[in-house]
Amino acid sequence: MSARIGVVTFPGTLDDVDAARAVRLTGGEPVRLWHGNASLEDVDAVILPGGFSYGDYLRCGAIARFSPVMGEVIRAARAGLPVLGICNGFQVLCEAHLLPGALIRNASRTFICREQPLRVETTATAWSGAYTPGQQITIAIKHAEGAYVADADTVKKLEDDGRVVFRYLGNPNGSVNDIAGVTNERGNVVGLMPHPEHNVDPVVSPSVDGRAFFTGVLAYLQAVS
Amino acid sequence: MPRVIVDVMPKPEILDPQGKAVTGALGRLGYQGLSVRQGKRFEIEVDGELTDERLGQIREAADKLLANTVIESFDVRVDA
Repeated sequence: MSARIGVVTFPGTLDDVDAARAVRLTGGEPVRLWHGNASLEDVDAVILPGGFSYGDYLRCGAIARFSPVMGEVIRAARAGLPVLGICNGFQVLCEAHLLPGALIRNASRTFICREQPLRVETTATAWSGAYTPGQQITIAIKHAEGAYVADADTVKKLEDDGRVVFRYLGNPNGSVNDIAGVTNERGNVVGLMPHPEHNVDPVVSPSVDGRAFFTGVLAYLQAVS
Repeated sequence: MPRVIVDVMPKPEILDPQGKAVTGALGRLGYQGLSVRQGKRFEIEVDGELTDERLGQIREAADKLLANTVIESFDVRVDA
């Protein structure tokens, strides 16, 4: 039986269909989760996809963080459930304090949409285990509020503990230390601004480097079960 | 009806691209020597009497939702 990967839809989410498709194309079973239901339907992992939840009102992710489903996501993430936040999902995870830091307006003040080279910094997470450390990959980015910031002590701790998961090669948005994605202490929660779900199908993407996120979590789930 | 004002500002060490953009536009309009930082102002109407407890709740709500204290600071005051 293939692993069941939950994909959350908030009002204003855009990339839930792509995320569910990426799960299906790589051998998982996508389970659609609605923001208003305080239930995770016994899924084995959860993806918070990209978009503009609640219209980005107040701050990106700030209102989604208090939706009924997030109460369950936060509880399950603290118990070790693999959770991946992509773009707006990363912003939601930061607002929920499952990941440290915050994402602010790009230093360029412009929306950026392009294929972005990244370096994989650690494979010791639930979502990056199918890569190799130091591997260079190319994943699409598309965001206006993607500059990762945290206070100096937090950044130092992330670096010292090897919790920077992906780094930009050519910083597109002003993120501190070129940070594109981080993980929590346990390694089960990962958030990043780039969109691996857009890089799984050679028909529509120049790179399929995103596939390893989804195959990686399946392998992780198999290893821990 | 009592009204409480919550001002939210980006912390000084956090880059404020919106404030920078406004600063640049002011310069182009001929208003020299003005540096802008942009924040948010919330006006909160309170049902009934504004007690210290009520004000404390608003402070708590500001900390929980209105501001993200990783990047922003906030100030709560009663509108006179």
